[in-house]
Amino acid sequence: MTTPFQITAGFLPLLDSALLVVARERGFAAGEGVELSLVRESSWANIRDRLAVGHFDVAHMLGPMPIACNLGLTPLAARTIVPMALGLGGNAVTVSTGLWQAMQEHGARGDLDPLLSGTALRAVVEERGRMGREALRFAVVHPHSGHNYELRYWLAACGMMPDRDIEIVILPPPLMADALGSGRIDGYCVGEPWNTAAVAKKAGRIATVKAAIWKSSPEKVLGVAAPWAEAHPEALAALQRALYRAAQWCGVASNHGELAELLSSKAYVDRPAEWMRPALDGLIRHDDGDTVAVADFFVPHAKAATFPWKSHALWYYTQMVRWGQVEASAANEAIARETYRSDLYRAALKPLGVALPGANAKVEGALKTATPVGSAGASLVLGPDGFFDGAIFDPDKVGEYIATQTERAN
Amino acid sequence: MAAAALTILVIDENRIRASIIEAGLRDAGHERVTIVHDVTGIARRIAEIEPDVIVIDLENPNRDMLENMFQLSRAVKRPIAMFVDRSDQASIEAAVEAGVSAYIVDGLRQERVKPILEMAISRFNAFSRMARELDEARTELENRKVLDRAKGILMKSRGLSEEAAYALLRKTAMNQNRKIAEIAQSLVTAAGLLEPGDD
Repeated sequence: MTTPFQITAGFLPLLDSALLVVARERGFAAGEGVELSLVRESSWANIRDRLAVGHFDVAHMLGPMPIACNLGLTPLAARTIVPMALGLGGNAVTVSTGLWQAMQEHGARGDLDPLLSGTALRAVVEERGRMGREALRFAVVHPHSGHNYELRYWLAACGMMPDRDIEIVILPPPLMADALGSGRIDGYCVGEPWNTAAVAKKAGRIATVKAAIWKSSPEKVLGVAAPWAEAHPEALAALQRALYRAAQWCGVASNHGELAELLSSKAYVDRPAEWMRPALDGLIRHDDGDTVAVADFFVPHAKAATFPWKSHALWYYTQMVRWGQVEASAANEAIARETYRSDLYRAALKPLGVALPGANAKVEGALKTATPVGSAGASLVLGPDGFFDGAIFDPDKVGEYIATQTERAN
Repeated sequence: MAAAALTILVIDENRIRASIIEAGLRDAGHERVTIVHDVTGIARRIAEIEPDVIVIDLENPNRDMLENMFQLSRAVKRPIAMFVDRSDQASIEAAVEAGVSAYIVDGLRQERVKPILEMAISRFNAFSRMARELDEARTELENRKVLDRAKGILMKSRGLSEEAAYALLRKTAMNQNRKIAEIAQSLVTAAGLLEPGDD
């Protein structure tokens, strides 16, 4: 018997903590010789701090967070790397029932279409402007989050200017549905089950989903304290293999019932199992009665969902620049690119003989349909990965992309 | 000294802990201390108070919101950085360990703030100890009540003396390698099930 690798991971009560939860609860971690302890936290700031002081070795993190840490944008910064992603998609934009009614008068339908919903929202914003009413207020979970960037991307692509036309504030996910119900905010972008929570409480309607704003888009990642990773390469690789197997398990539809039960338990998300089902099954309850099928709403395994694409890191960086969080520079771009470690992913998973992407980055938005791609080992299907406005992000042309976006904003 | 006095804001949903911190700060000679329990409308409060130092408990789920606000100079006029000194790893660890974080306005001299953080850390630790002791005392009291009921059940159903009832419970616990409180609880639960009820 070899001594197991002891790894402590921090997580937030969200549906996409699933890979960590399953790795522990279904024995995939133990199977790789990892004794995985999971510690639930109440804020991303706590996750960051406890990773920095060594309470956690690894953590469930927002995709842009490790980049922000390495760029020195956070109050307490630890060098953090991303050797693996924890799935694709999983977020939605929810609006209050009052705002939804107003949007419906301007053509929004219950089909989660980002262009229809966004155009209707813009009409409401313009109408409120003419009447001299104060700007609508939307919440996101963190300034350095996929939620913040995809909400802003959607608003801007529909002709609105975030901050001017719509105020954007920060709120913790479990408090969002109540804030919406009490009228303190008009909408929010958050991961599941906190959109379904608002629908269940009759406080809001889901207007659109991340999987429609940007198909196959990145969300949570495994953030790893760089000094720990350097000192414990075997432990990290074992954890990555365990998480890969957990992702495979999560991707099997017949496991969704058990997964929903697992996540709903007190130690994890601590909310009803039926709140987990819409995201897992890709059947989104946009209001009380209607369900819309969104096949790729949350992708835990397929489409190389756990691969840490450098193009994802670079897209986050372009949005940090776009919204004034960081200066554009070659050095900052390099920091973002080097935060995501596709090399460590390949090295850790090679013994499994599974399909691995051959490239470290891809042109985002280029695949209009699911496409088989060249990969080492078995076959791999990627995409579709399009942005709803048809834009393309070429990771080799970061500067041009930033320039186009700045132009559009003015 | 009045001109040099620091304005301190303590954000803590736990009222008891907040008042312990406040008392500590006042004992240390800080007069300008404000306590906030509820973060609703916090941006306006911060603008009014213009704190030099902000102390927050780490359990607060609104930390991400507060940090974001601190970084937006519009809301707080002066940017607020975290902790006493980034390079002071020991203080940072002690603070995270104790469950407290402190933010200070840029440009404030470190040595002026460090005693405040140290005081907050020790008061947070003292509060945790107190809460733990209270919890243990509560459990102890609860166990004693259950034990009394278990003894009563044995005395009544088997005609034992109180001493013999206790001895029986203790022997059973030892034989099963369990705590006497657990055996007592099982007995009370079982007796409850055996009582003639509505069903």
